[in-house]
Amino acid sequence: MLEIKNLGVRYGAASPALEGVDLTVRPGECVTLLGANGSGKTSLFCALSGLIPSTGQIRFEEREIGRMRPAAIVALGIAQCPEGRQLFPDLSVEKNLRLGAYVGRRDRRGTEAALERVCTLFPDVRDKLRSPAGALSGGQQQMVAIGRALMARPKLLLLDEPSLGLAPKLVEATLDAVAEINRAGTMVLLAEQNAYAALSIAHRGYVLANGRVVLEGSASALQQNELVKKAFIGA
Amino acid sequence: MRRVLWIIAAAVAVAIPFLVPKTFYLQIVAGAYITAIAVYGLNVILGYTGLLNLGHAAFFGIGAYAVALLETKAGWPFWPALLAGCAASVVLGAMVGSVSLRTRGNYFAIFTAAVGVMIAIVFTNWQELTGGNIGIVNIPPPPSIGPLAFDGDVPKYYLVLGALALTILICRLVRHSLVGRTFVAIADNEDLARAAGIDVARVRLTAFMLSTFLAGLAGGMFAMYNGNLGPDQTGLDITFEQLLYLVIGGIGTIAGPLVGTLVLVGISHELQGMQQYRFLIFGPLLVLLVRFFPLGIAGGFSRLTARWAAR
Repeated sequence: MLEIKNLGVRYGAASPALEGVDLTVRPGECVTLLGANGSGKTSLFCALSGLIPSTGQIRFEEREIGRMRPAAIVALGIAQCPEGRQLFPDLSVEKNLRLGAYVGRRDRRGTEAALERVCTLFPDVRDKLRSPAGALSGGQQQMVAIGRALMARPKLLLLDEPSLGLAPKLVEATLDAVAEINRAGTMVLLAEQNAYAALSIAHRGYVLANGRVVLEGSASALQQNELVKKAFIGA
Repeated sequence: MRRVLWIIAAAVAVAIPFLVPKTFYLQIVAGAYITAIAVYGLNVILGYTGLLNLGHAAFFGIGAYAVALLETKAGWPFWPALLAGCAASVVLGAMVGSVSLRTRGNYFAIFTAAVGVMIAIVFTNWQELTGGNIGIVNIPPPPSIGPLAFDGDVPKYYLVLGALALTILICRLVRHSLVGRTFVAIADNEDLARAAGIDVARVRLTAFMLSTFLAGLAGGMFAMYNGNLGPDQTGLDITFEQLLYLVIGGIGTIAGPLVGTLVLVGISHELQGMQQYRFLIFGPLLVLLVRFFPLGIAGGFSRLTARWAAR
């Protein structure tokens, strides 16, 4: 379980990127984080992963992780798939995936099992294991990026806009895979601009604007909400 | 194809003492091997992790002076002195690395250049210990192991060749290990590597220590092979020379450091009469190479063979 209380992030003297954010992800949940560009979604993820300093409380599985190093946070079970389907382009797909298991490198059997699980979830990836990651299509790269995060065998998966820049059909396939990962027991925190698609697989959602939570509720309630409809769904 | 080339190269290297007419040429080749070991060290830190250590030649100096001093002043035999020289270089590397690796990009290069200059100044000015500009002479050859004696040019050549082979083997193993891939991952995308749970600071320090180990090994071999040693081998200009060999051979490749060093030492020797004016030839050569083969001779070669294979 992830519990965030009064989280703040500030870059230099500018107005804060995040202020007073409260958020929880309960066991088994898929929670979506909605918000426009610059609303603070990526800052929240980077703070959770320990990549940028933050104020307030971040508790994961009863432990305060706000001051931990990124590698220690991954080892505790929070893996991030950063925005923009980033890969290590010079390495093959398989090597990219195996790097995702870096924190669990001493558990060889677990790493092989995780690789098998990723290949089962994304059959396209299995055919491309030996290809350089830079040579894949956008959709395939996104699958490898998610797969790499899964290789750390996380309890909580952070996905930063996995549908960004993908064709509608691939958006659907990607989010189906996310739903499947969640059904298998992994908590998911999903940042999205594509609110309609995200709310169709999430249990609950939060709406961020200018670094603050302006709305939260169940997925179905948010789907009906006028503000959400106007701002994100365009209906 | 590539394996065949390596086997041919190894066969030629083993046969060279029987092929060249004068020991003079053998000495040049052995000297190039020693430099190549140091260039491999530079390749680990620059080619694999993308950090430019401009103090590299100083670590070469630490290995060389440690071996020379332990042999001449403390009376140690060569073998333990070599181990101690490598260890000294690595320990200093860990100390310098743990501070300098907090800096990035140009600042890392400047910091390490400063450390390199300081170490070179110590070598030049601590006259009671290092002999100042005259340096250390009459470093004894390695004691023989059983029937193997190392006091002639040919056995020393094979010893240097063995050290080079060991270096290439280590670099190959590292390159294809998980650690080696984390080096590449950090050079590719540091933030992503951090997000993927890689302890960037620790991996960088590991690379830096491996790099200084190879520099120390090369230095120890230099002291052993030449039998004398001066501070002119440890300055910033030597680092830049090694950097030139690496860029021309191919940064980040396995064959590049060796190819670049052999080619440039060869050309350099042919142009010896021109003294420092030989850089009039190296300069344009470097420009042309970077323009048309940014990955150097080795990188350009593998691109050409890949193109032929694709036909």
